[in-house]
Amino acid sequence: MNPLKKIYRFYSEGFRAMTVGRTLWLVIIVKLLLMFAVIRLLFMPDILGRLDSDAERAEAVRHSLTTPGKHDSTSKTSCIWISYQP
Amino acid sequence: MDLLSTVDWSRAQFALTAMYHWLFVPLTIGLSLIVAIMETIYYRTGDERWKGLTKFWMTLFGINFAIGVATGLILEFEFGTNWSNYSWFVGDIFGAPLAIEGIFAFFLEATFVAVMFFGWKKVSPGFHLAATWLTAFGVALSAWWILVANAWMQYPVGMEFDPDQMRNVMTDFSAVALSPVAVNKFFHAVFSTWTLAGVFVAGVSAWMLWRKRNVEASRLSLRIASWVGLAGIFLTLWTGDGSAVNVAKVQPMKLAAMEGLYDGKVGQELVGFGFVNTDKRPGDSLPAIKAEISIPYGLSVLANHDPHSFVPGINDLIEGVSLTPQGDTVNTVSYAERIRMGRTAREALAEYGQARQAGDDAAAAAALKTVRENYRYFGYGYFDNPEDAVPPVAMTFYSFRVMVVTGGYLLLLFIALVFISYRKTSLLERSWLHWLCIISIPLVWICSQAGWVLAEVGRQPWTIQDLLPVQAAVSAIPADNVVLTFCLFAVLFTMLLAAEISIMLRYISRKSKTDIMA
Repeated sequence: MNPLKKIYRFYSEGFRAMTVGRTLWLVIIVKLLLMFAVIRLLFMPDILGRLDSDAERAEAVRHSLTTPGKHDSTSKTSCIWISYQP
Repeated sequence: MDLLSTVDWSRAQFALTAMYHWLFVPLTIGLSLIVAIMETIYYRTGDERWKGLTKFWMTLFGINFAIGVATGLILEFEFGTNWSNYSWFVGDIFGAPLAIEGIFAFFLEATFVAVMFFGWKKVSPGFHLAATWLTAFGVALSAWWILVANAWMQYPVGMEFDPDQMRNVMTDFSAVALSPVAVNKFFHAVFSTWTLAGVFVAGVSAWMLWRKRNVEASRLSLRIASWVGLAGIFLTLWTGDGSAVNVAKVQPMKLAAMEGLYDGKVGQELVGFGFVNTDKRPGDSLPAIKAEISIPYGLSVLANHDPHSFVPGINDLIEGVSLTPQGDTVNTVSYAERIRMGRTAREALAEYGQARQAGDDAAAAAALKTVRENYRYFGYGYFDNPEDAVPPVAMTFYSFRVMVVTGGYLLLLFIALVFISYRKTSLLERSWLHWLCIISIPLVWICSQAGWVLAEVGRQPWTIQDLLPVQAAVSAIPADNVVLTFCLFAVLFTMLLAAEISIMLRYISRKSKTDIMA
């Protein structure tokens, strides 16, 4: 038998024979959907990923880390990416 | 926008996610070893009873693995969203171990876990056993890379800061991957998982003994769990001693906070019992610990293995007295000076960027020289006062004691269980023993979590020791957004935990009514 077919059958028969596994797979699918389709897309954007190049990201971080007042111990206000214009 | 709120909520969110993640991970690592040992006994003896036992615990391993898998990915989302400065600043040093971990986790675990569960009748017994051991090896190896990344944050080595890229660049992979902090942290964490899994197996077995179900299976499981747990707790204590020595050398402020020690001395005692005076501040004359009962020379022995060694306190460190990596007392840079150097580096870094944009090479070179001279204390430039670099003393102090007290209890428990599990007396039929094992299940998780609270709260305010404090590492996103995702994660993880406990309990209850070893 084709090795790829063997591997496919190994997994498909294994999944079919699962007992506790069916509930687990439901939990896993719901979890992964929530994580990637909801949390990642809607709530957890990659902040620096919005910039176009590594050079712009480096400059944004320099601006953020070296601007006096930002991030200091007593700082109550900040404007990092929101105000940064490359 | 209130940055402090964003920092605090981002920290709380990361702590919540990491703590929930660490509920699942140690059971996966530790239980994989116990399952591998049981299957090895089956392979060597051909005794079908051990096959039944292996399958029972392997299913519990599978439930935990399935529920817990990928929960760590949320932490990586948080790096990109809440800690974008940090994510960029650490560069490939943090990314490389995480990427390696991801690849190993996928290929090793996904392949061999499948053989473990689906391959009983499809592969030879030897191949199946190899798959089980490779799964155990793979999950531990995954932990290695995560702990390398964590250790680097506490002891940043093997890198150089590149002001053009605004990130740290790895210059010595082996220094990062094999730093003494990483090596010790790995073994301490992995051995602790053996302890945790030992308690889990002992607790479930004790429950079946209490219900008088599968008595022989429970006795055999209890015996394996006792040995694994005893080995685990001994080795955890041994590597814990190594952790204390490492912390004394590379994070002396964490050690001082762990003890609530403000003014150190030669032959420093260890606080055996006491309450932290939360009004105490560096430099004042208030007592640090109330109702203190001390162990003479204890901290000097713990930190330096020398009862007559000096251990610096918080005030000493702020004033510039510390230890060399060899453990000798040394006058070092005061925190006031570090703040000055950090600010100088920060200003020079801004000047470097401006000079590069203006094409002024001479000014850029001069600024770069200043950055390099002061970079080792770059992170102190974000502080207004030396006290800002002191971690939360009370939480560090208490988490250390919770870890040690519960760890000591578990050592006694496993010594007793090893002894009892070989006796055919009625001790194994005693309800109090069953319930002692059952209530030890939450205790071992508390012990494990307290260890991480100590490690992570004790290193505050740093995300990267001396280089980047939390307030500089955080993204300036609205605190409300972080509060929302905090609540979202709290609900998601609580649901996952409830699902895991529910599925496990139902499985244990159902299987316990049948002959597990059949």
